[in-house]
Amino acid sequence: MGFDVLLKGNNMMRLLEGVGVALKISLISVVISIVLGVVIGVLLALKRPVITAVFRAYLEIVRIMPQMVLLFIVYFGTTKALGLNLSAEAASIIVFSFWGTAEMADLVRGALAGIPVIQYEGSVSLGMNTFQTYRYVIVPQIIRRMIPLSINLITRMIKTTSLVMMIGIVEVLKVGQQIIEANRKSSPDAAFGVFATVFLLYFLACWPISMLSKYLEKKWEN
Amino acid sequence: MDFAVIQEYMPLYIEAFILTVKIGWIGIALSLVIGVAAAFVMHFKVPVLSRIAKIYVELFRNTPLLVQLFFIYFALPKIGIQMSAETCGALGLGLLGGSYMAEGFRSGMEAIPASQSESALALGMVKRQMFTSVIFPEALSLSVPAIVANVIFLLKETSVFSAISLMDLMFTAKDLIGLYYNTTEALFMLVMFYIVMLLPVSLIGSYLEKKARLATFGE
Amino acid sequence: MDEILQVKGITKRFDDIVVFENLNLTVKKGEVVVIVGPSGCGKSTFLRCLNALEDIQEGEITLDGESINRNKKDISRIREKIGMVFQSYDLFPHLTILQNITLAPVKVKKRPKAEAEKEALELLERVGLLSKKDNYPRQLSGGQKQRVAIVRALIMHPEILLFDEVTAALDPEMVKEVLDVVLSLAKEGRTMIIVTHEMQFARAAADRMIFIDGGRIVEEGKPKDFFENPKTERLQKFLQTFTYDDEK
Repeated sequence: MGFDVLLKGNNMMRLLEGVGVALKISLISVVISIVLGVVIGVLLALKRPVITAVFRAYLEIVRIMPQMVLLFIVYFGTTKALGLNLSAEAASIIVFSFWGTAEMADLVRGALAGIPVIQYEGSVSLGMNTFQTYRYVIVPQIIRRMIPLSINLITRMIKTTSLVMMIGIVEVLKVGQQIIEANRKSSPDAAFGVFATVFLLYFLACWPISMLSKYLEKKWEN
Repeated sequence: MDFAVIQEYMPLYIEAFILTVKIGWIGIALSLVIGVAAAFVMHFKVPVLSRIAKIYVELFRNTPLLVQLFFIYFALPKIGIQMSAETCGALGLGLLGGSYMAEGFRSGMEAIPASQSESALALGMVKRQMFTSVIFPEALSLSVPAIVANVIFLLKETSVFSAISLMDLMFTAKDLIGLYYNTTEALFMLVMFYIVMLLPVSLIGSYLEKKARLATFGE
Repeated sequence: MDEILQVKGITKRFDDIVVFENLNLTVKKGEVVVIVGPSGCGKSTFLRCLNALEDIQEGEITLDGESINRNKKDISRIREKIGMVFQSYDLFPHLTILQNITLAPVKVKKRPKAEAEKEALELLERVGLLSKKDNYPRQLSGGQKQRVAIVRALIMHPEILLFDEVTAALDPEMVKEVLDVVLSLAKEGRTMIIVTHEMQFARAAADRMIFIDGGRIVEEGKPKDFFENPKTERLQKFLQTFTYDDEK
């Protein structure tokens, strides 16, 4: 069924390296998204009309534009418009961070808005000062709401990295295609084995993280 | 930007747009059917089937559509299952979407208090009536936000169809960039067509969410 | 043969916990039985058993000579004859008030929609909610929702009505509007079993009072004797918790 190709030479190793490329891009993007997202989310909590309006527009763009389209715009468009020769990898990190930051910021905003006023009032009436209120009451609650959702964002990032092959990055799908091409004669059924393996590799990368996110969400449910 | 170029390529884009929208919505319709069925067997813990549904949901929620499409389009023919690219696209989208819809419907059903089914039973309804008149419609209105989000997500996912050589919007745009270097026009039209495709859905979706909220619990 | 409901020696257990044991009760046609007792005494569970929403481990419940059993195929046909109103109203949130009321007569009893609607409107008028017919449940107050829930049960023309703490979830100012409806039903000779904490209402509505404590019937009797001369010490203590004495 074409699984044998994977045992030839360093084919399996190459596939795993492809996974590595995908994981690297998603991790960098997630870190950038979390940092920028928290900053923007806190700014949004200030409820300044201008900030909110700009963010709404930004969020709506992210909401309706496929990442694939954004990827094309950044990768092909910047070259043309700015004369910049952006590497495909840099383009994908920019696009994924652009998308992830919007999502994170909205999560932070929602989490901050979701803490009932009574929690603030309750803490103040216990004689806590502002710092103590945030340190012991508000922030721990926000973190509990945020962590499962941010972990969830990681799996979505990983899945979305599959797109980068379309702008020429050699990640796991592309490596898979190359292996199939190279063994066209010797194992004509390689496509089955290789793509089944890629399917499984993605599943193995995402599933445990999804489970963890679900587990934490359940555990911290009020 | 050269409007002559835009005019020249307009017919190509329209054709690609129609194809993208067609396969997209067939896939979405399929995902609703699969989603309801999977949620049903999981919620009522139908033996064997609920186990299969659970594995299916986890498998398709945790892998990208692109990989699923490659598997369906390139790998399945090797074991004798051959389908046209269009069928593959709709099927892939339907399977991906079904796993998301299933989760949405299921949490909708779980959010309905047990006392709702009890009061349906107390009115003399049999199980089937209870499901069709009370549980299903309530689950549906509770799931509207999830369904809307999923529909938008799935329409966006259509952007990977070009990978299995469907001549969709992305394919057309890539063609124009690669062959004629009309990058600006190609990208501009790409964005415009995706806005035409998604903005109405996003707006109608927000309206539906407001309407459905009226028919949910919450004081 | 005017005994409509018979409960013979029923026992209810959740795993090892006995909720009540060997309970007996007979209700005559037109009789209003009010059950009171401390929280957790099993009175609500008892009511739920009468409608087969819970199974019983021993004993038998019959309505008009027909046995009520959760696992019976035609249990839904028997449930049609038993109207039940819950503490949490449980209107169907996706349906308007009118649709909530006509759903069961149309779907279950297969009555023509127009006829069911006509009756629904009459009943709504009676409870003073005609103007709300096209609203959704969440637009109504708790007291209004509960009155709709009563109408929803009434339109099935039940032979017996069960009320499970129907005012327990309501704000105090809404309690009366609901109890007034229940009381007017009691006065027109309907057969009812009511579980409640509202003692004044109980006294006004009941033909017979029952006090359940610790899973058994401790005392029963006419409302006058029940409230004025409670025989058992447990009932005396229970009734005292509803009065405020400033001479301690």
